Amino acid sequence: MIDVKNLHKSFGDLKVLMGINTQINRGECVCVIGPSGSGKSTFLRCLNLLEKPNEGKIFIEGKDILNTACNVDRLRMDVGMVFQHFNLFPHMTILENLTLAPVKLKLMTEDEAKAKAMELLTRVGVADKADSYSGKLSGGQKQRVAIARALTLSPKVMLFDEPTSALDPEMVGEVLEVMKQLAKEGMTMIVVTHEMGFAREVSDRVLFMDGGFIAEEGKPEELFDHPQNDRTKSFLSKVL
Amino acid sequence: MTGFINDFKFVFIDGNRYEFILKGLGVTLGVSIASVFVGVALGLLLAIMKMTEVNREKKTVLSVIANIYIDIIRGTPSVLQLLIMYFLVFRSRLGIIAGIISFGINSGAYVAEIIRAGIMAVDQGQMEAGRSLGLPYKQTMRYVIIPQAVKNILPALGNEFILLIKETSILGYIAIYDLTKAASYITSRTYKMFLPLIGCAVIYYIIIKCLSMGLAKFERRLRENDRR
Repeated sequence: MIDVKNLHKSFGDLKVLMGINTQINRGECVCVIGPSGSGKSTFLRCLNLLEKPNEGKIFIEGKDILNTACNVDRLRMDVGMVFQHFNLFPHMTILENLTLAPVKLKLMTEDEAKAKAMELLTRVGVADKADSYSGKLSGGQKQRVAIARALTLSPKVMLFDEPTSALDPEMVGEVLEVMKQLAKEGMTMIVVTHEMGFAREVSDRVLFMDGGFIAEEGKPEELFDHPQNDRTKSFLSKVL
Repeated sequence: MTGFINDFKFVFIDGNRYEFILKGLGVTLGVSIASVFVGVALGLLLAIMKMTEVNREKKTVLSVIANIYIDIIRGTPSVLQLLIMYFLVFRSRLGIIAGIISFGINSGAYVAEIIRAGIMAVDQGQMEAGRSLGLPYKQTMRYVIIPQAVKNILPALGNEFILLIKETSILGYIAIYDLTKAASYITSRTYKMFLPLIGCAVIYYIIIKCLSMGLAKFERRLRENDRR
């Protein structure tokens, strides 16, 4: 479904990605782990073109998204994204956060969007907060709303950029639970995370990134229990 | 005490000299208000021109023009700008109009920076969140960024208006009888320095105090909205 070929990205002189090659299949949940500065987030952000790669190709459902003919806004409707810092719109109610995009993009009427939003909010368990502003929500609730918001356009892939890193420890569980549910329902997910427990339990495949490369990838049990690469070993020994 | 009252009567009442003050006050306020409209309109235009480079991620013709404009206006004294506008551009005619345009042009440069800074101060993540939902740049600006930026911009814009009111006291340079010029005219007629000058200062102070109190109240309201 997603095919990444020889992806390079640098910020000025700083080379962040130095040739990423991978494929992600439909319905797969892939976790990306690795030390900070290894390019995990940049890789993820390239997939919906929040960062413009310098070199390489990305195909999503066979479409070359780096081709200038590709409509970036259209692409992003198919690729939902959840951010570390939630990025809810603070001047709107939770419900308005969810209905903004489908209504303004004329994909749904106001009523359809509201119905869909309430359904999603119920699914992530924050329906009672629909008319509140994000300032009144806990971190865990905010992130669950952010997940619901990313789902309003029924994307084909969901990207998660360290979704639990900004949360208080007691709220991590509720967010991971929503993500686990989503994975079970067959959503294609790419998750940059430091939650090794989640990666091991939920993901179908784990990518270990280091220094701008995918240093090792494999099924979670293989990668966590029998890492082949020395850098993977040393990273896992520090975090597990 | 009677001495003060006599002086006050002599300076302001005799010869209906208070009329100069009132007329001057009218000119000061009129020019300030008109200039702030010109300034905001120009500032908005300049800010949009400047922001084109943020969207394209490189300098554009428009952003370069806006930068040069802002650079020149901020780099020269406003008295000089006023003199150039009145004597060179308007050929010593239509002083009030020349004043309004000159102050508007001057204010526009600062307003542009206020608007740009207000927009840039909105968390970058908001733009990313909007774009990642498939909203185009313009719609994200309109529905997500601008409504939040307004809260940063309005108080600073109020400040700019206050500065502008004080700035218009240089209108006397092109022989326009604003509040300051009126006071100095009275000193030259009465040979009394204290009352006209202090009286004039008190009027400025009261106007600006009222404005800044109103502004503080307005800012508090905006902040309360944030906490709901």
